[in-house]
Amino acid sequence: MQKIGVFVCWCGSNIAATVDVRKLVEAAKHEPGVVYAADYQYMCSASGQQLIKDAVANYGLTGVVVCSCSPRMHEATFRKAAQSAGLNPYMLEIANIREHCSWIHKDVESATEKAVILMRAAVAKVNLNVSLTAGKSAVVKRALVIGGGIAGIQSALDIAEAGYNVDIVEKKPTIGGKMAQLDKTFPTLDCAACILTPKMVEAASDERIRIYSYSEVESVSGFVGNFTVKIRKKSRFVEEDLCTGCGLCAEKCPSRKTGNEFNLGMDKRGAVYIPFAQAVPKLAVIDPAACLHFKTGKCGLCAKNCQAKAINFDKKDEIVEEKYGAIVVATGFNPIDPSPFGELGYSRYPDVITSLELERIMNAAGPTGGVLLRPSDKAHPKKIVFVQCVGSRGLRGCDKPYCSKICCMYTAKHAMLIREKYPDTEVSVFYIDVRTPGKNFDEFYRRAVEQYGVHYIKGQVGKVAENAGKLVVHGSDLIMNEQVEIEADLVVLAVAIEPDESARKLATMLTASMDTNDFFTEAHPKLRPVESPTAGVFLSGVCQGPKDIPETVSQASAAAAKVVGLLSKDQLTCNPCVAHSDELLCNGCSACEKVCPYGAITYQDKEVNDHGKREVRRLAFVNEAVCQGCGACTVACPSGAMDLKGFTNRQIMAEVDAICR
Amino acid sequence: MKYDYYPGCTLKTKAKELDRCLRASAEALGIQLEELPEWQCCGGVYTTARDEIATKLSAVRALSAARDSTGTLVTVCAGCHNVLKRVNDDVKNDDYFNQRVNNYLLPEKPYLGETRVVHFLELLRDEVGFDEIKKRVVNPIGKKIAPYYGCLLLRPSSVMAFDDPENPTVLEKFVECIGGTPVVSPMRNECCGAYTTVSDPSAAAEYSGKIVDSCVKNGANLIITACPLCQYNLVKRDGRLPVVYFTELLAEALGVKE
Amino acid sequence: MNDIKKTTEQLAFMSGAVTSRCMGCGKCTASCPAFDRMEYHPHQFVYMVETGRIDKLLASKSAFSCLTCFACVERCPRMVEPARLIEAVRLAVERQQGGNRLLPDDVPCVIDDDMPQQAVVAALRKFTK
Repeated sequence: MQKIGVFVCWCGSNIAATVDVRKLVEAAKHEPGVVYAADYQYMCSASGQQLIKDAVANYGLTGVVVCSCSPRMHEATFRKAAQSAGLNPYMLEIANIREHCSWIHKDVESATEKAVILMRAAVAKVNLNVSLTAGKSAVVKRALVIGGGIAGIQSALDIAEAGYNVDIVEKKPTIGGKMAQLDKTFPTLDCAACILTPKMVEAASDERIRIYSYSEVESVSGFVGNFTVKIRKKSRFVEEDLCTGCGLCAEKCPSRKTGNEFNLGMDKRGAVYIPFAQAVPKLAVIDPAACLHFKTGKCGLCAKNCQAKAINFDKKDEIVEEKYGAIVVATGFNPIDPSPFGELGYSRYPDVITSLELERIMNAAGPTGGVLLRPSDKAHPKKIVFVQCVGSRGLRGCDKPYCSKICCMYTAKHAMLIREKYPDTEVSVFYIDVRTPGKNFDEFYRRAVEQYGVHYIKGQVGKVAENAGKLVVHGSDLIMNEQVEIEADLVVLAVAIEPDESARKLATMLTASMDTNDFFTEAHPKLRPVESPTAGVFLSGVCQGPKDIPETVSQASAAAAKVVGLLSKDQLTCNPCVAHSDELLCNGCSACEKVCPYGAITYQDKEVNDHGKREVRRLAFVNEAVCQGCGACTVACPSGAMDLKGFTNRQIMAEVDAICR
Repeated sequence: MKYDYYPGCTLKTKAKELDRCLRASAEALGIQLEELPEWQCCGGVYTTARDEIATKLSAVRALSAARDSTGTLVTVCAGCHNVLKRVNDDVKNDDYFNQRVNNYLLPEKPYLGETRVVHFLELLRDEVGFDEIKKRVVNPIGKKIAPYYGCLLLRPSSVMAFDDPENPTVLEKFVECIGGTPVVSPMRNECCGAYTTVSDPSAAAEYSGKIVDSCVKNGANLIITACPLCQYNLVKRDGRLPVVYFTELLAEALGVKE
Repeated sequence: MNDIKKTTEQLAFMSGAVTSRCMGCGKCTASCPAFDRMEYHPHQFVYMVETGRIDKLLASKSAFSCLTCFACVERCPRMVEPARLIEAVRLAVERQQGGNRLLPDDVPCVIDDDMPQQAVVAALRKFTK
C-alpha cells in the first residue's frame, strides 16, 4: 500500500477564489492511501516545495499528488523536489485544478466538487504508480536550419560560431531571403544589401556551415538529438562545382520572356540566370519551363558559350540524407497578393503597386536602376499615396486577422526616402493607427511627419479609380470628418505579410504545431518563445509571427543559443513513459507498428516460454529511444499486450473509476 | 433549356422594352422562358432588417412556385433580381426568418430556399455562352458602350455571387460579343441615387451626373443597364448620354428587335 | 438608460451588425456616395450605436440619405455591415408614431410619367411604415 501525501496549492487567488481549498484537503484525507494532506498559498515557491520535502521525510511518503496548475507548468518543478527528498520523481502526479477547473468555472461549490474529483483520480493513479528510470540517447552534433533568409543565416552563423556544424536548406537558388530585396532598412536607413551581403558571404565561407541552396526538405524522421532528414537538391542543370558564376550564359540566353523573381516580375530574366549580383552561391540556374532547349530540343547557346563546361541538361534532382541533433525553422514570409481587394485596383492599374515592388523600384539594382519611375509610362510620380493595413486586421476571407507589424515603419521609411530624394513629390499616407513600438521607431515616424512633411491622413481608402487616365484615391479623413479625393501618380499598398506556403507542409513533417494563420506556435508564448512544442525544433524569424529585422535577428540568435545548449550535451535523458509490449500477450498482428507515428516499433522472431510451452513467435519490440509515449499503439493493440509506462491501462481505468465513483 | 421567368411590375409598364427584347432574344437563342403564373410584386426593394417579414412574403411565394415548377427562376430587372436572391438566401440561411415565413404562408411543402435564382445575364454567360451568342449576331453593334452595373446586381457579393463586385466583367464581355467596344467607367458599380429620386431628385441628379460624367470622359456614346430605375435616373436626372437596356442591344444584334 | 440598452439590442437584432468589431478605419465613410448629405456618416452610426448615443441618431435625418447601395458592407474589412445598421435606425424612426417620411398622398406630386414603379414602391418601402 502506498503512503500518499496530497498538497493543495492556492495559486494566490487563482485557485483559492473558486475552489474551497480547505474542503479539498479534508476530502483528500479520506482517500485510500492518503496519509497526509495540506494546502499552501504558493506550492511552487521554495517554501512550498520544502513543505513537500518535509512531508516525504516526516511521514515516509511513497507517493505525492499536487493539486495545482497544469503539469506543463510545474510538473518538472515538483518532481525535482520529490527527487531531492529521495522519492522516484515518477511517483508524483499533478491534479490540474487551475486550467481545468478554477479558471473555467465561476461557482465555488461545483468547482470544489470538480477539484475533489480530479484529486481523487490522481490519488487513484498514484496508488498504482511504480518507479521509472529514464534512459539516455546520444546527440548528433549537427544542426539543420530550414530557410536561408536573414533569420536562417543569423541562426546558422551563431551555431557555427559556437563550434557546431550546421546546414542551411534554402529552396531558392540563393540565400538572402526578403532582406536581399530591400533597399534601405529602418530606423537607421542603412542599405540592406550592405549589411546583409557580408553575412551571406560569411555563411558561405564558414567551414562549419554547408549551404544546400535550391533544395527542399523532403522528409523528417527521428526525434530530438537524432533527426534523419532527406533533402532534395533540385537540379540547376548546371554543375555546381564547375560553374564560376561568370554570367556569360545568362547574357547569351535568347529567351527573355520570364519575369525576374528578384525584381518581382517588373523586368525580365533569361531562362538561365543568376538571381542577383551578390547571390550566394553565385551559380547559374536553368528554368526548364522557359528554356528553349527543354521546349524544342534546340538552342543550347548557354552550353556552347560556357567555358567551364558547367551546363548539363541531363542533370537530375538528388536526394541526400543527413542526421541532425536540432532543427531551426526559418521559413519566413511573403507579402500577400492584393488582387482580391478589387476596390484598390491593384490588378487593373499598373501604377498601383505593393511596398515590396516600391523597394525594388527604389533600389539601384532594381528594374529602373534606382530611379523612382512609375510602371505605366516610366514618368516621375509627383503625387504618391500610401495605403496602410491592406489585408491586415480584417475578417473577410482575403484578410489576415493580425497586424503585420512592419508596415507602419516601412511606409514611414518609403515616404521619408522619397521626400529626401525627390523633394518636389507630395506624399500622403492613409492610416488607421500608426504603430511604432520599438527603439527609435516613433521618433522615426515623427521625423517623416515633422522633418519631411509627409502628410498623414487618419482614415482608410474606399476606392482607387482611374478616371480619364488619372488615378483618383477616394478616402476618408476621420479627423476632419471629411471625404478626400486625391489625384495620384502612384499608389503604394502596404500589404499584409503571411507565412511562406512551404510552412504548413513542413509543420506536418516536423509534427510541429501551427496557429490558424499558419504561423508556427511556440512552446510558451512568453517563457519559451523560440522553441516549438516539438522537442528539438526551434523557431526563428517571421515563421513564428510578424517581426522586423532587429527582432528577427534577436530571435535567430536566441534560437541558436537553444540549439547550442542542446548540441553541447552528449546525451539526452529520454522520457521513461514509453510503450512496452508483453511478449506473452502479443499476437504479432502489426496493428501497433502501423499506427506508430515515430517508427518506434519493429517485429522480431523470438523464442518464448508460455507456461512451459516453448515456441518461436513474431513479437513487437519498442525502441525506447524513438518512442515518444503518445500511446497510439496501446489503443490499437487488440490483445492488450501493449502498455504505456506511467500511463498503464490499469492506471487509467483506476482514474476513470475514481471519477465515476 | 426551359426556365421559369419572373418579369416584375416595371417590365409590364415602364420598362416594356427590357421585357419584350428579352423574350425575343431568348426565343432566338433557344431559351424557353415560362412566365410564372400569378406572380406578385417582389417587394420592390429588399429590406435588410431581419424582423421585416411581411414585405418579403410575395418574393417567397414566387420562389416557392418556381421550386414546384422548373426549379430555376430567371429574372432580368436588377431590382427584382436583388430582392429574390436575397430573400432566397434568408430562407436558406436564417432560421428565424425561415420559420416565420413558413408559418405564415403554410405551403404544402415548406419552402427551404431550393430554387435557383438566375439573372438573364448569368444565363447568357454560364449556360448559353458568349461565344455561342457571338456566332448568332447578324447586326454587330459598332458603338462605344459603357456598361453600368449599379449596386443591385453586384452587392452584397456574398449573396449575389453574380460577378466581382469591384471589377465586374459580364457586361463588358456581353458588349464584346455583340460587336461593341466596352468603355470601362470606374463609376460603373456606384449608386445612381436609387429610390431617393422620389424623395430628393437633386441627390439622384448628383449621383447620376457623376456616373454619366465618367462615361462621357471615357469616350462612351451609349450606356447599357439591366435596371429600370438606373435607366430612369441616368436619363431623367442627367440625360447627356442615351441609356438602353442590354436586352435591347441583344435583340438588335440578333436581328429580332423589329 | 434602460431604453437606450433596449433600443441598442433591438438595432443589433434587426441589423445583425456587430458594432464592437469596428476598428474605426473609416473605409465605409470613404466609400459612401451619400456622404455630403449626411450629418452623421457610416462610421459614426457604428460608433454611436456602440457607445449608446442613439437619441442623436434617431433625431437626425442622416439615415434617410442612405441609398442602401451596400458599398460600405462590401468593403468593410471587419464585416460590420454599416448599411444594415443604418437601415435599422431608419426603421426604428419610422416605427415611431409620425415617423413616416413619405406619405402615399404625397406620391402623385413627386412622380412623373416615366418614373418606374420600382422607384415608387421602393421609396414607400424605405420611407414609410
